[in-house]
Amino acid sequence: MAQLLSPLPGTFYRKPSPDKPSYKEDGDSVAKGDVIGLIEVMKSFNEVKAESDGKITFMAENEEPVMAGQPLAEIV
Amino acid sequence: MAVNVIKPGLSTTVQDLGRPGYYHIGIPLSGAMDRLAAKAANWLVGNKEGAAVLEAVFMGPELKFTEEATVAVTGAELPPKVDGEVRDTWTSFKVKKGQTLSFDFLKKGARAYIAISGGIDVPVVLGSRSTYALGALGGFTGRKLEAGDKLPVGKGRAVKEGRSVPEKLRRGPGQPAELRMIPGLYWHRITEAAGKQFLADTWKVANEADRIGYRFKGGKPLEFVAREQPFGAGSDPSNIVDACYPYGSIQIPSGTEPIVLHRDAVSGGGYFMVGAVISADMDLIGQMQPNTPARFVEVTMAQALKARKDRAKLIEKIKAGL
Repeated sequence: MAQLLSPLPGTFYRKPSPDKPSYKEDGDSVAKGDVIGLIEVMKSFNEVKAESDGKITFMAENEEPVMAGQPLAEIV
Repeated sequence: MAVNVIKPGLSTTVQDLGRPGYYHIGIPLSGAMDRLAAKAANWLVGNKEGAAVLEAVFMGPELKFTEEATVAVTGAELPPKVDGEVRDTWTSFKVKKGQTLSFDFLKKGARAYIAISGGIDVPVVLGSRSTYALGALGGFTGRKLEAGDKLPVGKGRAVKEGRSVPEKLRRGPGQPAELRMIPGLYWHRITEAAGKQFLADTWKVANEADRIGYRFKGGKPLEFVAREQPFGAGSDPSNIVDACYPYGSIQIPSGTEPIVLHRDAVSGGGYFMVGAVISADMDLIGQMQPNTPARFVEVTMAQALKARKDRAKLIEKIKAGL
């Protein structure tokens, strides 16, 4: 079990763009290196990647303001 | 000696105390957004206050040292690690030849200043080593750091490790942050009620906040005094005939989201400014994360000058203690 922490403060997005589906849904399998969301800060979007393999459960909502070090998801 | 950049962080730039004297021809001040922190970092490692340091925003870089050096990290609480072992912020420590300096997650603040004994030895451009990335001027080839860069570092003098700035002298923004401001030439463009509202509202730092300017959102839109727009001004009521934008000036395009111009600001344009944040509080802005609540507090010129003096005393006190 591993929590995926936000590397940056900003806004968390679970989708690549507003009209696209989410990168991952709760319960989906992810592999290390998979993009699971974006953090927007300073006019740029930064990809958040899984750091381990497993099933993902999100702990932050789409468009939620997040702090650096805040858990975004759990990968079990 | 050189420091090799393994990972650059989000946006890490070489900065010193800036490049004043060219703003009238469009080249901004640049330099550290939190000048107190940059000076303190330099003093901790035995550098002059104006030596070039690294400014890392939100996320630290990973740096490999090719020679031993003394390092200090000030400003934001971005815990430094030497070969994985955590070191204190605002305190000098040694990094040995071959060791790697990396950083933990940001705990508080926004910008960390990484001083290395000897200073970052990039060429001086128009009197400063600061990076002005928009203009590709100064710093490390005019841009933020990238993986693979070899940063030249000057020859330092030996200083003890463990030198530290007392906690009570480290200043950051409160919650909400209070930014003191002086109403300016264009204050009359908004109604009296709008002026009161601007000062009463609690604003929040938007995601669009960088070295050029800090945008705030969440307050009520401002109402303008009706007028026939003068020749040369745009049609929006927030437009003016182009004017100079001072460092710290607060423009409010369309009366909705205030923008405080900071070290890499444009020097002029056609938006009215309600006033300017006083110089003593500009360092605080550099330490504000997105979503930080903030209020604008009106002060007089006399109060602003007193605040500047107090700030200078605080900086002297830090210097005297090292």
